[in-house]
Amino acid sequence: MAEVSTAGSGVGARVRRKEDDRLLRGRGRFVGDIALVGMKELAFVRSPVAHATITGIGIPEEHRGAVFTWADLAAGGVKPIRAVSGLPGFKVSEQPALADGKVRFVGEPVAVCVAASRAEAEDIAASVFVDYAELPVNSDMLEAVKPGAPKVHDHWPDNVFLETNVGGTIAEIAATAPVKVSRTIRTARQCMVPLEGKGVVVHWDRHVEQLVLTTSTQMPHIVRAGLSECLDLDQGLIRVVAPDVGGGFGWKGLLQPEEVVAAWIAMRLDRPVRWTEDRREHLVAAANAREHHYEITAYADERGRLLGVEADAWVDAGAYSVYPFSACLEAAQVGSILPGPYDFAHYRCRTFSVCTNKPPIVPYRGVARTGVCFAMEQMIDAVADAVGREPWQVRLENLVPPEKMPFDNVTRKHFDSGDYPESVRRAVAAIGLDGWRARQKAGEPDGRLIGVGFATCCEQSAHGTAVYHGWGIPMVPGHEQAQARITPDGGLELRVGVQSHGQSMETTFAQVAHEVLGIPLEKIKLVHGDTGLTPYSTGTWGSRSMVMAGGAVATACRTLAERLCRIGAHLMQAAGPEAVVLKDGAVTAGGAAVTVREIAHTWYRAPQLLPADVDRGGLEVTAGYKPGSDHGTFSYATHAVAVAVDPEIGQVEILDYVVVEDAGTMVNPMVVDGQIYGGVAQGVGTALYERMPYDAEGQPLASTFMDYLIPGFTEVPHVRIIHMLTPSPYTEFGVKGIGEGGAIAPPAALCNAINDALKPLGVIVTNAPMTPEVILSAIAGQRGTA
Amino acid sequence: MKAVDFDYAQPATLDAALALLSRDDVMVRPVAGSQSLGPMLNLRLAQPELLVDITRIPELQAIRREGDRLVIGACVTHARLEDGDYPDVTRGVLPSVAAVIAYRAVRNRGTIGGSLAHADPAADWVNVLTALGAEVVIAGAGGRRTVPMTGFILGVFETDLQPGEIVAEIHVPALSERARWGYCKVCRKTGEFSHATGAVLIDPARGLWRCVAGATSGKPVVIDGPALFEGGCTEAAMAAHLAGSPAADDPIALRTHTVALKRAIAQVMS
Ligand SMILES: Cc1cc2nc3c(=O)[nH]c(=O)nc-3n(C[C@H](O)[C@H](O)[C@H](O)COP(=O)(O)OP(=O)(O)OC[C@H]3O[C@@H](n4cnc5c(N)ncnc54)[C@H](O)[C@@H]3O)c2cc1C
Repeated sequence: MAEVSTAGSGVGARVRRKEDDRLLRGRGRFVGDIALVGMKELAFVRSPVAHATITGIGIPEEHRGAVFTWADLAAGGVKPIRAVSGLPGFKVSEQPALADGKVRFVGEPVAVCVAASRAEAEDIAASVFVDYAELPVNSDMLEAVKPGAPKVHDHWPDNVFLETNVGGTIAEIAATAPVKVSRTIRTARQCMVPLEGKGVVVHWDRHVEQLVLTTSTQMPHIVRAGLSECLDLDQGLIRVVAPDVGGGFGWKGLLQPEEVVAAWIAMRLDRPVRWTEDRREHLVAAANAREHHYEITAYADERGRLLGVEADAWVDAGAYSVYPFSACLEAAQVGSILPGPYDFAHYRCRTFSVCTNKPPIVPYRGVARTGVCFAMEQMIDAVADAVGREPWQVRLENLVPPEKMPFDNVTRKHFDSGDYPESVRRAVAAIGLDGWRARQKAGEPDGRLIGVGFATCCEQSAHGTAVYHGWGIPMVPGHEQAQARITPDGGLELRVGVQSHGQSMETTFAQVAHEVLGIPLEKIKLVHGDTGLTPYSTGTWGSRSMVMAGGAVATACRTLAERLCRIGAHLMQAAGPEAVVLKDGAVTAGGAAVTVREIAHTWYRAPQLLPADVDRGGLEVTAGYKPGSDHGTFSYATHAVAVAVDPEIGQVEILDYVVVEDAGTMVNPMVVDGQIYGGVAQGVGTALYERMPYDAEGQPLASTFMDYLIPGFTEVPHVRIIHMLTPSPYTEFGVKGIGEGGAIAPPAALCNAINDALKPLGVIVTNAPMTPEVILSAIAGQRGTA
Repeated sequence: MKAVDFDYAQPATLDAALALLSRDDVMVRPVAGSQSLGPMLNLRLAQPELLVDITRIPELQAIRREGDRLVIGACVTHARLEDGDYPDVTRGVLPSVAAVIAYRAVRNRGTIGGSLAHADPAADWVNVLTALGAEVVIAGAGGRRTVPMTGFILGVFETDLQPGEIVAEIHVPALSERARWGYCKVCRKTGEFSHATGAVLIDPARGLWRCVAGATSGKPVVIDGPALFEGGCTEAAMAAHLAGSPAADDPIALRTHTVALKRAIAQVMS
């Protein structure tokens, strides 16, 4: 059996990214870089109103043949997108790729226009006249659930995709708990704002008789499945290719209506066509993430030990259920993960996935965890305040202690490993809490108020079959497969069905393969994101790729190693495969060695030298992998932040930011750090800047970056990262998913820090983003009542 | 989004530009750095048929000293004003303000004249040149006229420019040695437009006491004279001056404008 190599570029090595040379020189190939002969561009006519019946669509005579509506698609046999959930009571929405007689949010595609250039297509779009008979609008989820609210889907009894109830009764605790604190907490609707928007090029490849959809996606195989259902086309007739993808964050983890339309147009016109999402389309039609509302109460004893938590939670799920994640994943997850990393016995949570006249909700990096962490961590601080202890002490009081690991919590989440309290202790030390407390006491010369905040979160990732089977949505991850093949010159090709769009897999999967096979990184090539070239995969989501596809790569490489050893042993006339080891790219026995290159040459080009009983699979292996537990891995982190709040203008400056996190074994610590930096940047956006405001008519009030603020390089703090390394007992090498944690805790940590700063004024803020208006209103409210 | 189809001209002389701009058979519009017009074109908020690029006209690019004033061509970029390769009569005010406009990439193209003509109340030059008592030289097919900043900016995106006219020059008076300057912009991130701007100039030698509250919902609010300073610049006094003005639309706006002014005044007094 092969021995694990300790060379400097395997698992754990800080190697530079292979993909950077291409990407940093601007030599990537994104959807926008593709030009096909005769390619047409698409522009969509989008609804300017949030809720209306379409009473007519006027297409100017000169543009007939260049404008298509749902009537055309339906006549062509196109079916609406259906993303159901098997959870009891789930109400099904049908989303036609172009509006079918009714529009349900501003930005919903109504018609598509085809022209030689995007500008001309937009000219045509401007000439299409749509008659809207406006209907009353659900612009706020709390109003939408009231009796008599206008209905988004006429045949439903109400506007709730799904209501869930988790946990049992908590009345006894509620009646007797010494400490009871309640809060109303809200997070704003956000856009994900990847650097590259969505985009798709479609053409029919006559040679292989396939529809080829080159699209900016995180999950090519799932897009193919959904497309096949909508177009009623065999999956074998569809190839979905993800070229370079400039960030996804969830926005590219679904079947887009625009993809369905573009595919149908390409077939109908027998022409390549492209659609490129522009920034305005993104901000208006894709404001689709994060909007949660909580009414939450925590019960505790006098030390701040949690006795129970109860909550009602609403998630604004927008108008339709997206494929494949459905409209209820986010809210239903709230119910199961609200308890966070804490150990307490009594819990009740009711959740509502509310249907409104807004873009359909899509899981955004962190998914429901960012919202639940924001809620739960405010409650920990509220309890601490009520019992007069430091918030970090109350965290220590309640976090799952290491001796209880592995631990099943109140909602039966299975925490695999780690020392959660230690992450808090290290964060307290690293941020230098005592120093900040002293500075707080002394006061700032400029009148600003200092605050320190903490937030601890856990990040379930790489969710397994059992977890997703439970949701009953169109996608259930099973064994993740990877293909590893030695090339005739001794290099290695890896083929995976996940897609790398910032996760650095071209480097990290090569490191995994190198760890097993010892082949140098520069000779390892990753092929990914292409249904034509890779094994099936549900794709890149839920921080699953390193655990799942990385595990599959290791498994496939191990089998390759066995085959290499067997051939190598034969070539060296060693006693047998047990008598040799694979090390640093060669099979050795005593002083003799034969390189992988020589073995590859033999298999492919000199087969006459092979033994008769050689494995006919050759030097190409497809292997499937699942971790030892289906529950997914649990990484965790404590974030600590020090801020200065200017009480006169409501601005917040981040003075220091520390992340203590446990990713288990890190395949490449630089890549882990990069994931955390990027996540924190987005978390800072959620905390302080990002909000798509809607008016009562459901109009999004921000349509450019003038109004929709995202943090830039001057606003993102320098983050100090401290790693703890508790390997997962269930995965290859002990890795855990870490792609999202950075984006989970910052809003909670910043909220707690701001409230710590505002303490002398006797006010709190509970809603994100914590803009100057929110902070000034809180301060003014207090003044008003004082 | 993409702009509508338009024609583009790049005249080499002011007369040629003015002739094009006075055409009334097409919708015509001047363009300078395109940092404000570009987004408006792409969002189709502006749909001109002819764009006249005025940035290749040498006299609009020039900066020169004329007696006790600095004459700045309309197409001088923020970046050049930041770099300061000219006889700065403002004792550092112009470069320091230019340096805090957006990012360098925007400053490399955006122009002082474009900024004034665009007349966003939150723009730096709109408020700073008002505080400095600058004058705007307007050129049209019919000739030239000069208006003070206080008469040039009429409201939100509203100026005294008439059809066919452009901003040709900005005249900035020299500050005396004892002049004091204070400037405070309240914005949350680099490149974000200001929510409240305070600009303060005292130049007793020239009998000047001027406070400007900018980034309001209207034109800049100008408070002239020494009264505010003699009264000790209390917040109450400032708020009283701003009450009823476009800086006082709601209590939070009034408060933020008062703070911006207070902080600008604090710089002057320090
Ligand atoms: C990301 C970003 C951030 C920004 N941040 C700031 C900031 O912090 N502070 C700030 O002050 N500004 C800011 N701006 C605006 C910037 O300063 C622009 O340069 C300025 O508003 C317009 O100048 P321009 O030369 O680009 O004008 P253009 O965009 O070319 O033109 C603007 C308008 O003025 C007209 N026009 C142009 N020149 C003339 C002229 N000489 N006579 C008559 N009309 C003319 C045009 O027809 C058009 O209507 C920002 C812009 C961007 C894109």
